[in-house]
Amino acid sequence: MPDAAMLEIVDLHAFYGESHVLHGIGLEVRQGEVVTLLGRNGAGKTTTLRAVMGIVGKRTGSIRLRGTELIGMAQHRVARLGIGYVPEERGIFSSLSVDENLTLPPVVKPGGMTLAQIHELFPNLAGRGSTQGTRLSGGEQQMLAVARILRTGADLILLDEPTEGLAPVIIEQIGRAVRALKRRGFTILMVEQNFRFAATIADRHYVMEEGHVVDMIPNDRLAENTGKLHAYLGV
Amino acid sequence: MVTLFGIPAQALFGQLLLGLINGSFYALLSLGLAVIFGMLNVINFAHGAFYMVGAFTAWLMLQHLGIGYWPALLLAPLVVGLLGIVLEKTMLSRLYKLDHLYGLLLTFGVALMLEGGFRHWFGVSGMPYPIPAELRGGQNLGFMFLPNYRGWVVIASLVVCLGTWYAIERTRLGAYLRAATENPVLVQAFGINVPVMVTATYGFGVALAGLAGVLAAPIYQVNPLMGSNLIVIVFAVVVIGGMGSILGAIVTGLGLGLLEGLTKVVYPEASSIVVFVIMAIVLLIKPAGLFGRER
Repeated sequence: MPDAAMLEIVDLHAFYGESHVLHGIGLEVRQGEVVTLLGRNGAGKTTTLRAVMGIVGKRTGSIRLRGTELIGMAQHRVARLGIGYVPEERGIFSSLSVDENLTLPPVVKPGGMTLAQIHELFPNLAGRGSTQGTRLSGGEQQMLAVARILRTGADLILLDEPTEGLAPVIIEQIGRAVRALKRRGFTILMVEQNFRFAATIADRHYVMEEGHVVDMIPNDRLAENTGKLHAYLGV
Repeated sequence: MVTLFGIPAQALFGQLLLGLINGSFYALLSLGLAVIFGMLNVINFAHGAFYMVGAFTAWLMLQHLGIGYWPALLLAPLVVGLLGIVLEKTMLSRLYKLDHLYGLLLTFGVALMLEGGFRHWFGVSGMPYPIPAELRGGQNLGFMFLPNYRGWVVIASLVVCLGTWYAIERTRLGAYLRAATENPVLVQAFGINVPVMVTATYGFGVALAGLAGVLAAPIYQVNPLMGSNLIVIVFAVVVIGGMGSILGAIVTGLGLGLLEGLTKVVYPEASSIVVFVIMAIVLLIKPAGLFGRER
């Protein structure tokens, strides 16, 4: 079912305390797709991912994963439905070794990748098991942050700015990994500021501005929309 | 008479043993405080009161139910742990979103109420608790006499402390705990029920205090104020070791107990303040504590 919506967000409002961050956004991610959220800083991209995971103050509207409503669900149950979250700050634990970081998220579904497969995808992590997690380089920490959710069997991955602050050669490696994940059938919703990186990977792009989704551009129509996109992103 | 550095050996080893016993209690209590602080960010002022409740539970079980020392060693911490879980669920958990000060004030209030209640019912004179038959008597080590019960307390406390350290630093459950201490939101987002872990951690931390209370009952007598006398020093131990550091709590607890014992021999007048002098020095030189990490 290539066209079935895996994740469906309708009229989603999200708040941090008093501040109203998302103003009724709607988007969908289909099974097996890679979809990016583009937009300037503060447009609400990260908040959208956090709202899916239930880590914002308050949400209204609807977020459905394969038809199951996530709003109102206890926070720790969301991941159990098969969502893997890679936060912007990577969230590598300094009091845990690389191996402990890698095996921390519980397995939520059968069919996750084995450690051998993960080490094949990210050779940098092999043989580093007893190193303190935060002693890895920034790029390696990013790989670890992605790697640890591949074990869990989650089939929808929320990736928040996987290339932020990384050297071009590392970005290339992350890109290869994300494409490999796509080939394996993972569905990916990704926040990305690096539009050129996004263009090499994604099927579709949603553009966000001030808490609204203002446009959706399929990747194969990117060329004709470049001018518009530059205006959105202010580049 | 044999002397070491001009000090009679008997007195020296006697005081060192006393220091080691005190240190065992410091270690057990500060370990619980460290675990709770690490996970809940709450400075558990009720810790001394839970220690006292542990001792009283053992005493009451013996007086009214005929339950002896060995079952009490398991049951009293269980009772105290359950009390802690109820306290966390019904009151403490409501305060996490507020300043840490509120948790401190709540637990301080609970400590006052528990101590006041027990003082009202049982008075302030200590109740003796008999040493279990298996541990009466002692060993002549040649250089000193070691009462069996005191040796048992040191060993039991060491085993529990090291077991706890191992569970936290080397097991999967411990990895959850360490991770949740660092970033509870993310751990929750991985599908782990963090609120349940927090409740269990508080229950476990105060159960350690309850266990210390049972161990202490035959040595110090059972008294409503036994906790508040001890807890001030234990807080100093936690500060010296580093807030939230597991290993720091254990090593510092035992070390300071020994140091206190040594001071009693060398310069008895300073023995009651030596811990606080060390605390002041450590705070000046290494504010995060000997084993603590700057946050």
